[in-house]
Amino acid sequence: MMTEAKKTGAFDPIRKTFIKVGVLPFFLVGALIIFTALSDKFLSLQNLVNVARQSVYLVLVSMGQMLVLISGGFDLSVGTSIALTSVVSALGMVWLAGIFPDAIWLAIALGAFMGFAAAISVGLVNGVGVAYFDVSPFIMTLGVSSVGAGLALFLTGGVPVSGLPFAFGDTFGFGRLFGVPVPVIIAAICIIVMWLFMSRTRLGTQVYAVGGNIKAAHLSAINTKRTLMMAYVICALIASLTGLLLTARVESGEANLGSTIALESIAACVIAGVSLRGGIGRVENVVLGAFFIVLVQNGMNLAQVSSYMQMVLLGALLILAVIFDQMRYRMILSGN
Amino acid sequence: MSTQPLIETRAITKQYPGVLALNAVDFDLHLGEVHVLFGENGAGKSTLISMLAGANTPSQGSVVLDGQEMKFDSVADAQDKGIYTVFQEFSLIPTLTVAQNIFLGWEPMKGPFIDHRTMRKRAHEMLLELGFDIDPNETTSHLSRAQQQMVEITKAFHGDLKVLILDEPTASLTDKEVDHLFEFVNELKAKGVGIIYISHRIQEFSRIANRVTVLRDGGKIGTVDMADTDEDALVEMMTGRAIDEIYPKIEQGSGEVLLTVEGLRTAGIYDASFEVRAGEVLGVAGLVGSGKSRLFRTVMGLTTRVQGTVKMRGKDISHAPTRDIIKEGIYYLSPDRKEEGLDLVKTSKDNLAINLVMGDKVGGDGQLVKWFEVNSEVETISDHVELHEGYRNKPVSQLSGGNQQKVLFGKCFGQNADIIIFDEPTVGVDMGTRAALYLLIKELAESGNAVIVISSDLPEVMNLSHRMIVLAHGHISAELSGDNMTEEQVLKFFFDETGAKQ
Repeated sequence: MMTEAKKTGAFDPIRKTFIKVGVLPFFLVGALIIFTALSDKFLSLQNLVNVARQSVYLVLVSMGQMLVLISGGFDLSVGTSIALTSVVSALGMVWLAGIFPDAIWLAIALGAFMGFAAAISVGLVNGVGVAYFDVSPFIMTLGVSSVGAGLALFLTGGVPVSGLPFAFGDTFGFGRLFGVPVPVIIAAICIIVMWLFMSRTRLGTQVYAVGGNIKAAHLSAINTKRTLMMAYVICALIASLTGLLLTARVESGEANLGSTIALESIAACVIAGVSLRGGIGRVENVVLGAFFIVLVQNGMNLAQVSSYMQMVLLGALLILAVIFDQMRYRMILSGN
Repeated sequence: MSTQPLIETRAITKQYPGVLALNAVDFDLHLGEVHVLFGENGAGKSTLISMLAGANTPSQGSVVLDGQEMKFDSVADAQDKGIYTVFQEFSLIPTLTVAQNIFLGWEPMKGPFIDHRTMRKRAHEMLLELGFDIDPNETTSHLSRAQQQMVEITKAFHGDLKVLILDEPTASLTDKEVDHLFEFVNELKAKGVGIIYISHRIQEFSRIANRVTVLRDGGKIGTVDMADTDEDALVEMMTGRAIDEIYPKIEQGSGEVLLTVEGLRTAGIYDASFEVRAGEVLGVAGLVGSGKSRLFRTVMGLTTRVQGTVKMRGKDISHAPTRDIIKEGIYYLSPDRKEEGLDLVKTSKDNLAINLVMGDKVGGDGQLVKWFEVNSEVETISDHVELHEGYRNKPVSQLSGGNQQKVLFGKCFGQNADIIIFDEPTVGVDMGTRAALYLLIKELAESGNAVIVISSDLPEVMNLSHRMIVLAHGHISAELSGDNMTEEQVLKFFFDETGAKQ
């Protein structure tokens, strides 16, 4: 108690915010100040709406990534899930549209399910490897991402799959419902479902417990293997959904979709205070974290930072976030 | 003792922010003497030796070596002056050889290179002289814990050893190894080395100690000649209360048989058979490595079973996974609350909530968690285990060992268990909290549950149990109850090999 009294100073509220939510608020304020100074278009309503629409994809993938991170692992293969979904569903839709030219929505639905199935198998392989064979998540998902990316390229020969039904792109890529873009609506639904899942269901609580201390979870009657497995499958499924939305947006099946998203989603999560050691993380913060990453990219575009330099800055941002995460973890443990 | 003390502390005090760890303690050690430091966890023993060993500096007071006031800059500095400490956590590098470890930091050199031959030769001579049968070329990780300790002690003999500090040296040794250590300690005594010996094992004191200093809450309670005192008196000094005030009297119920274990066999456990009844406290005793913990971890499905059956209320659960065994009504509290008991970054509320979310005590069967009900039950449980309100929203890592243990105890109230297995329930817990935890055990047993207490603390098992099983070398060497439950009997079966061969 004495230490607390001693430290009450001007920095105390900052310290408390940092311990509670992590580095995100500070980064967000910093980014707003810097980019507003660099470009007068940055802080316009139109630009921010634009950022919100663009961030849908990263928001979705980051929520899946968050689930895996909270369970104590991480998933480097989210980009592969996206690519595989894109290629498989596009091939499926084109093929099925040829068979049932009159039932275009049936072709779209079946094609989409083929894409989901491909991604689920990616999640299953990850989950089995991590949960049942104790392979480190790093190696497992890195290996799987190579396997998946190879398969996607093999299936298409490296050429984008074109000739998708127009209805698919028109609806899921550019469609609007009550004036709101369809991807935004889908993301909103996913956010609500994820939030309910993580904070209100038993399974969500189990994910937090497994990530916090897997042995203690095991001794508290939790099926730890199934929980880990589920985290990877749901992560792949959300990535798959993102893959479909992206496919609709670019109107072709492409094996190079989502190539940078693993790094971006991990960065979004860590900046949003998800602990790399597992057990800690909140859906609403992760949504903001993903929004922040896209905001920074947008700001850098407006400030005419080259795309190569953007990679440098993004990587640096991730490392910085991890350093702050370490500090925060130590502060939580020691109570300072 | 008229001679000048070898080393002494004068009114030594250590103040940490908010905690007075050591309060004006006078302590002295003479040539050729074994002086035991005795006290609960947190009494200040470690703080005291850390200052003698140079790992820590006093806030007030002084350390006097050979009549001269000393200030140690570092552990190395203290070692230079002849004070060597063997801590509980060994300072050996597991991947290096014994010789390399012994000479770590002052390797014999030949020009710019390490002279490995001389090093091996001298290591061999040192080990021989101390009577340790260890190959200096062996990789340290291949040695038993006792042998590693011997290497650690050998390291102390670089220079002119005056004071040897042994911190819980026998905690993980077998009986034979303890005998060897004591012989060695006696030889050192004869050579005039002063030895400060820290241990919880009060039964060892009469074998080696000349004097005992008892610490409590950072203060010195007193120093007594071992010849003038006995165990009960020492415990009373340590805790400030008599033994029968610590251990409650638990009424024995005469319940049905809940758990039946027959011919259970696994690596390190041979043919274990026993029963557990509702309303009783079953004590499980044995040395480190006897398999007492392993036996019940096997029952819980945490180690693979090789043979045998486990039945809960007649239902065979021999092959059920741990979570199903918990749902059948057996709950196991790990001896290692940090490693596998608690989620350290979470608050105690979160830790307690997990069991409520998984169990069927509140909130029904649905997939949705009724946080309102869970939270109010968490409060009830926290009140019940007397966890102070101020601690409930703090990460568990910030709580003291005693409070962490209260949270761990709370977890078993969140699960509707009929049998609760406490594995080392009071490791690192101060006496005051212990008494509170024992009352919880009493309450559980008297409300018709079966309680199993596995403990290395013999007085604890003996005073709480209605019935005891003793393990030796993976066999159940005895089942004792009533008047047979004397310390003498139990100790006999600790080492008993005949029981094992039946």
